[in-house]
Amino acid sequence: MDAATPAALSDATLPPARTFGPPLLSVDNISLSFGGVKALTNISFNILEHEIRAIIGPNGAGKTSMLNVINGFYHPQEGTITWQGKVRKQMRPHQAAVQGIARTFQNVALFKGMSTLDNIMTGRLLKMHNVRAPETGVFGLDHLLRYGSAALDFALQCLYWGPNLKEEIRQREFCEQIIDFLEIQTIRKTPVGKLPYGLQKRVELARALAMEPKLLLLDEPMAGMNVEEKEDMCRFILDVNDEFGTTIALIEHDMGVVMDISDRVVVLDYGRKLADGSPDEVRADQGVIDAYLGVAH
Amino acid sequence: MMQSKRIAFWSVAPLVAFVLIGFLLQWMASQGIGFFDWWFFSEVAATGLLVGVRYSLVALGFVLIFKASGVFNFAQGSMVLFAALTFVGLLGFGVPIWLSFPITLVVMWLLAVVIERVVLRPLVNQEHIILFMATIGVFYLLEGGGQLMWGSQVQTLDIGLPHGRIQLFGGNIQLQEFEIVTAGIAGLLVAVLAVFFNKTRVGRALRAVADDHQAALSVGIPLKAIWVIVWTVAGVVALVAGITWGTDLGVQPTLSLVALKALPVLILGGFTSIPGAIIGGLIIGCGEQVGEVFFGSLVGGAIQDWFAYMLALVFLLFRPQGLFGERIIERV
Amino acid sequence: MLYREAGQFKTSYAADQALFPIRQDLLGFGLFAAFALFVVPYIASEYFLNTILIFFLVLVVASIGLNLLTGFCGQLSLGSGGFMATGAFAAYKLTTAFPDMHIVVVFLLSGCITALVGVLFGIPSLRIKGFYLAVATLAAQFFLLWLFNKVPWFTNHSSSGTISAPPRGLWGDSLYITGPQASPETKYIFLVVFVGLLALLAKNLVRSRIGRSWMAIRDMDIAAQLIGIRPLVAKLSAFAVSSFFIGISGALWAFIYSGAVEALAFEITRSFQVLFMIILGGLGSLLGSFLGAAFIVVLPIVLNLVLTAIDSSIDVGTIKHFEFMIFGALIVFFLIVEPHGLARLWQIAKEKLRLWPFPY
Repeated sequence: MDAATPAALSDATLPPARTFGPPLLSVDNISLSFGGVKALTNISFNILEHEIRAIIGPNGAGKTSMLNVINGFYHPQEGTITWQGKVRKQMRPHQAAVQGIARTFQNVALFKGMSTLDNIMTGRLLKMHNVRAPETGVFGLDHLLRYGSAALDFALQCLYWGPNLKEEIRQREFCEQIIDFLEIQTIRKTPVGKLPYGLQKRVELARALAMEPKLLLLDEPMAGMNVEEKEDMCRFILDVNDEFGTTIALIEHDMGVVMDISDRVVVLDYGRKLADGSPDEVRADQGVIDAYLGVAH
Repeated sequence: MMQSKRIAFWSVAPLVAFVLIGFLLQWMASQGIGFFDWWFFSEVAATGLLVGVRYSLVALGFVLIFKASGVFNFAQGSMVLFAALTFVGLLGFGVPIWLSFPITLVVMWLLAVVIERVVLRPLVNQEHIILFMATIGVFYLLEGGGQLMWGSQVQTLDIGLPHGRIQLFGGNIQLQEFEIVTAGIAGLLVAVLAVFFNKTRVGRALRAVADDHQAALSVGIPLKAIWVIVWTVAGVVALVAGITWGTDLGVQPTLSLVALKALPVLILGGFTSIPGAIIGGLIIGCGEQVGEVFFGSLVGGAIQDWFAYMLALVFLLFRPQGLFGERIIERV
Repeated sequence: MLYREAGQFKTSYAADQALFPIRQDLLGFGLFAAFALFVVPYIASEYFLNTILIFFLVLVVASIGLNLLTGFCGQLSLGSGGFMATGAFAAYKLTTAFPDMHIVVVFLLSGCITALVGVLFGIPSLRIKGFYLAVATLAAQFFLLWLFNKVPWFTNHSSSGTISAPPRGLWGDSLYITGPQASPETKYIFLVVFVGLLALLAKNLVRSRIGRSWMAIRDMDIAAQLIGIRPLVAKLSAFAVSSFFIGISGALWAFIYSGAVEALAFEITRSFQVLFMIILGGLGSLLGSFLGAAFIVVLPIVLNLVLTAIDSSIDVGTIKHFEFMIFGALIVFFLIVEPHGLARLWQIAKEKLRLWPFPY
């Protein structure tokens, strides 16, 4: 065979096409207002399982409000949210966490009084149990079992040594895997308040990952980072999506990042949806160019 | 609701509640529980309103400082005691009233300057809870300091406020002249402060500072001077409150606890609202009197120790920001 | 040179998470505990034991309790006095109604009862924060004290309004820790063990899941909700555990330290005293609870000595006023200079000790 003929390239050597599952989350006709201010007007889009979805738009477009709605912080006046095929009732943020939605914030929302490791271990809270209540399906009995096991769980925590310590160590091992994955071993015990901004963002990502989320919402994860840090963060995001299959929705201003790593893009402006499609489609959309992208450099 | 509509609503609603409570008490009396008479009830309520105005005054001191610096000044109570002690002490030395009053005002101003420089300035960027605890420290400092300087025996204060009673409605309602006069003084001061805060340039500066320290600084408002002004005004309020309460109860250490009663007023009215402090004070004052006289006797008395706080607690469960406070929308 | 950790490698997570990972710490603590338990009862005078050490141990429990609520969970409470009173009166009613119940059980149960009361008054905390919560706890303070003062059932209809602890022993008829037969040594040793166990309980909770959820709520409750922490459960559990400790402290006060107590002993100045302990000692630090309590116990005594040395005719009231002023000044000083209190100063000292005798 000739070395340089295109025929040498067969399907087997190309990376497999990315496959996505059914829509994990879809928002339909969401409208949100605060008093007289309309933050979101009639927004509809979906996020497929295993994809990386970018939400972009100028400042004030309503991107963070959209994430807050998905999280359960804000309750939209109109519209529905469908999660894993089922329409979701109005819910509180901790219920969203139970469903499997994790989030990072624009202004890093770490627990400043605790160390890196403690922050990540706190992220594991929903997955840590000393005692698991069996589900019997009988209504009253289930409640009783739940309270009883909560009480037993508490008593074991008071004792610390024994089953509680085993559980702590098991969870610590899991968190250490995340620490290795994000390369933050050296700052394990440092109080997060002392860390530089870039590392804080990474710790926040670690804490979100500790929740083993189905959907990870990232609010400007690259804000305030230099090129090298951005490349690191991109690599981490892609690895998370690759290895754990986590669906990711991210808000980002850096167009290079958005075009490179996202599968599909939603563009918001003044609370309305401007465009929705693959990065190339969105880049070519005239409305988006006029509102947001401007002239290509 | 718009501010004025809200004020109107909350001025009328308590009246309705008042009438309803009257009927309840009347029914209870007919069942043999306690004693009830509409004139007596009105008299108690009216006295309560008058006392309430004085609560409003102390609450106003809190509101001013909170609005201007975001600091909840726990020491307001001890400022009341300190002002009263200084005033009485000066009178005791034979200094005439028209001189003692301004001298005490100067003392309160100096106190404000010292507090601003020693306590507030070093703590400028700390969280509010730290500042609050610092004011608890100031509370103790003033408690101890005031009593060290002037002694801790109960001292009577008599500056010529009337002590008679006046009769209204043909003798059916008797009110203390003292209560009426002090309510008048307090009310006047409250009105002056309200106007000062809302209509003057300094008042506008105070509001700016309350909203955002940084922004106020960047438009050239002198933060430190503003804080001194606010704490001095609070000191003036403390002095007037100290004189009125001091004449009533005698100038003694428990005066600072009386000022603590203003806290439930703030809960009811909202920490940042002047009309809230006024209406809240009236509700608390009236409620406390009615509660003590009509319900207190059924359970052994002295319920005014906690009635105001419990009322505030119940309120907190239903309307945490108070009647007029701003609902805090936390931006994530 | 003495305090080097170099060479102490941990090969398991369990070892890393031990209570005293540094060997010198473990040794130091062991020596201290042995000294406190075996040496002190023999060399300390009765006055020292009664007035200082026992008082200190009783206050430590309250200090730990309030620190759990305010220092670790961020909920400010000014009602500690009222909860101490609840514990004291609950213990009194329990032991007079069930004279055969073992005294330690009485203490623990009175703690549980106080925990329930604490949860009740903690419910408003779910909607309000900061100063508002402080005012709500003031309601608890004033109401509870009025209740114990006015309702004669609590004092078993005594005319003086005081409750006095009936004599109770640890082992049937011997080892009395309350009442006139109790010797200071017995009381002291019992307290050292009991308080030590309570402190261990607090430490275990703080380093477990529940402690982390408290600290998360304190640091940023919005982010905590996102992790799946339910603010209701976290805050109420903090109130419950904190009140448990504070209630036991009140019971210990009434039964062991003071013998006879009236509701007045637990009025609002007591609440402030406990608050000062944790502010001076260090919010969010168990060691700080100990240091703060020690400071609050020792300072008035030292002040008394100094002032009477300067002017022997000084009267009690004046000393009290000086005490107030100095406490107030100290609070302000510590908040400005070292908001994390004595515990932080201790940590700094340890870090300096790592390098000693070298300067850097």
